[in-house]
Amino acid sequence: MIGVLASIIDGVLVGAVYGLAAMGLTLIWGVMRVINLTHGAIIVFGMFALYFFVSTLGLPAYAAVPFSLVFGFGFGVALYWIAAHRVIDRPILMSLLATFSMNMVLIGIGTALFSTSPYNVPVSLPGLRWQAYTFTGTHIVAAVIAVAIAGLLYLLLYRTRIGKAIRAVAGNRDAAELCGIPTTQVLSFAFGLGIALAFVSGTLIATLFPFTVLSGQAYQVKSFVVTVLGGLGNPAGALLGGITLGLIEGAATPFMPVSWIPIVEFVLFVIALLAFPRGIFSFSRS
Amino acid sequence: MNANKLCLFIAAAFLAAGPAVAQETLTIGFTVSQTGKLNNDSIAQMRGFELWRDQVNAAGGIKAGGKTYKINFVSYDDESQNTRVQQLYTRLISEDNAQFLFSPYSSGLVATAAIISEQYGKVMLTTGGAEEKTYRLGNKNLFQLYSPAGQYLAGAVQALKQINANAQIAFVYKDDPFSKAVAIATRELAAKQGFKLVLDESYSPDTTDFGPIINKVISAGATALIGGGHYPDGATLTRQLFDQKAGLKWVTLLVAPDSPNFATLGEAAVGISVPSQWEPQVAFKPDFGPSAAEFTKAFSAKYSIEPGYHAAGGYTAGLLLQHAIEQAGTIDQEKVADALNKTDATTLFGRTKFSTEAKEHGLQLGHEMVLAQWQMKGGKLSKEVIWPKSAKTAEILY
Repeated sequence: MIGVLASIIDGVLVGAVYGLAAMGLTLIWGVMRVINLTHGAIIVFGMFALYFFVSTLGLPAYAAVPFSLVFGFGFGVALYWIAAHRVIDRPILMSLLATFSMNMVLIGIGTALFSTSPYNVPVSLPGLRWQAYTFTGTHIVAAVIAVAIAGLLYLLLYRTRIGKAIRAVAGNRDAAELCGIPTTQVLSFAFGLGIALAFVSGTLIATLFPFTVLSGQAYQVKSFVVTVLGGLGNPAGALLGGITLGLIEGAATPFMPVSWIPIVEFVLFVIALLAFPRGIFSFSRS
Repeated sequence: MNANKLCLFIAAAFLAAGPAVAQETLTIGFTVSQTGKLNNDSIAQMRGFELWRDQVNAAGGIKAGGKTYKINFVSYDDESQNTRVQQLYTRLISEDNAQFLFSPYSSGLVATAAIISEQYGKVMLTTGGAEEKTYRLGNKNLFQLYSPAGQYLAGAVQALKQINANAQIAFVYKDDPFSKAVAIATRELAAKQGFKLVLDESYSPDTTDFGPIINKVISAGATALIGGGHYPDGATLTRQLFDQKAGLKWVTLLVAPDSPNFATLGEAAVGISVPSQWEPQVAFKPDFGPSAAEFTKAFSAKYSIEPGYHAAGGYTAGLLLQHAIEQAGTIDQEKVADALNKTDATTLFGRTKFSTEAKEHGLQLGHEMVLAQWQMKGGKLSKEVIWPKSAKTAEILY
């Protein structure tokens, strides 16, 4: 029983980071109806940001978090103008192809720079011990930072002028334009924000596990599951979706072979799509 | 005057080109996982091939039947994917006219490449293809260098038996053909030795978080963990076992800890053991080719990194092909295959002898593995041979 609880707690801690990653994906979808397939590549770049900070510059690991937010934002704004701006009002397939192409370009650049060899950034923090089980300090800190960043995003969206503008553009772009909101700038800001969230989640994941240039794919797939669980376009739902996914993974693992867990995840994905198309937390928005 | 000089120059050029025309080229084809999940070990294997080629060409080439052959490689990046291997080995044979083949890395990719090499009747030396099944399909041109998968963890079980016969073992292994073949054979071996098996879990090749599995290992009360797969998953599992203080006294993982890169895990690597096809410390007396020490020195000088068994396996593949061609006195496929069938020799890699029985042709019979363990020596991580006793360079850390 203690083992099950330990597994659930572990799952929730990692789930918060999955949630943060998915918030970036869902924010971009919610504001501009773009399915961002560069998501996995951006997460990987966030991982290498940590490697650069710690192994190359010799700086403390968590100093990379604010850097990742700022750099990720700038990178995201640039990416918006390169890959997203011209296809936003076109059919969804266009934006899908544009971001897919950019994903291939980014992965190609990453492979050329870093190869696909594994990288490890040793980050060690004292953890909490409960009987035979240890909750590592890095998992706890990553979860706390993920929730804190999610809180900041909430404040930005609901307590600031730019947040109001983002929500207005997400609700009705034409009406927002008529009200004098510079929608193009708001869209690039929101895209930058979404990329920054993916970037910083990559940085946090790299404090937990070794990684390669190709690691982003697995997290991108998880982000899609989390996004659907939490409701497309709903950042708060994404965080809850991430935590829920982690909780389900943690609760299921003690009772079944771990190789079955991805099957459970995708069954949930399909159920959520069919039964809760607005996400399993949609009641909170009604 | 100028015309005379031109004539002299042309004549000199023809004279200089004369000996080169007499020299022939032997093309060897293979794919390398330059990218993808297998690149760490596959690139090491390729470096072994390349060092052999460079040394042979520097020495003038392979001499056989009154001719000298310079080695030419044609290789492509298979991206660690089966579909690429299938396309590229066909291309290597039909378009690039490769006369002999080396295998890609890993059992899964070797199985795919073997179908193509057999279809075209090309001799292929396999390194990094330990799973036995491929050699039990009636292939006639496949020659395995590595000890088969079933033998990988036999040394680990024997060593554990000696240290703690009451150990409770958790088997945690990657869900791929090689790792599963090893796990099945080792599970039977461990059960025969009287060990209690408390957990048997395979994990998806895409697993990024081993936390839930480690909690299961702890809940099962395991004191030893045996399994793993390849580099990325093995490195992640090792780091999380350390971070989560899983309390295991014995951990043996496949493949990953053999890589020199494993030392980047720092303290987490200490005590982790790995079945190894070869270690630089081995002291076989080679019938031909360099000793392990000479190979290690040359490899380290060229690549600024100590070779692991993947690199040594790659080099030895070249060495054995060269020996077979020299013995056959020709590059004719059938005669070279005959020479390989007759091979029973010791190289820097140890003994090599291929099965010639039709039901398992090419399966490796002569080679023996060692068990190595990462230990801290003078504040630095080093990989020591701990099993068998006759080959050990350090005591077992338990």
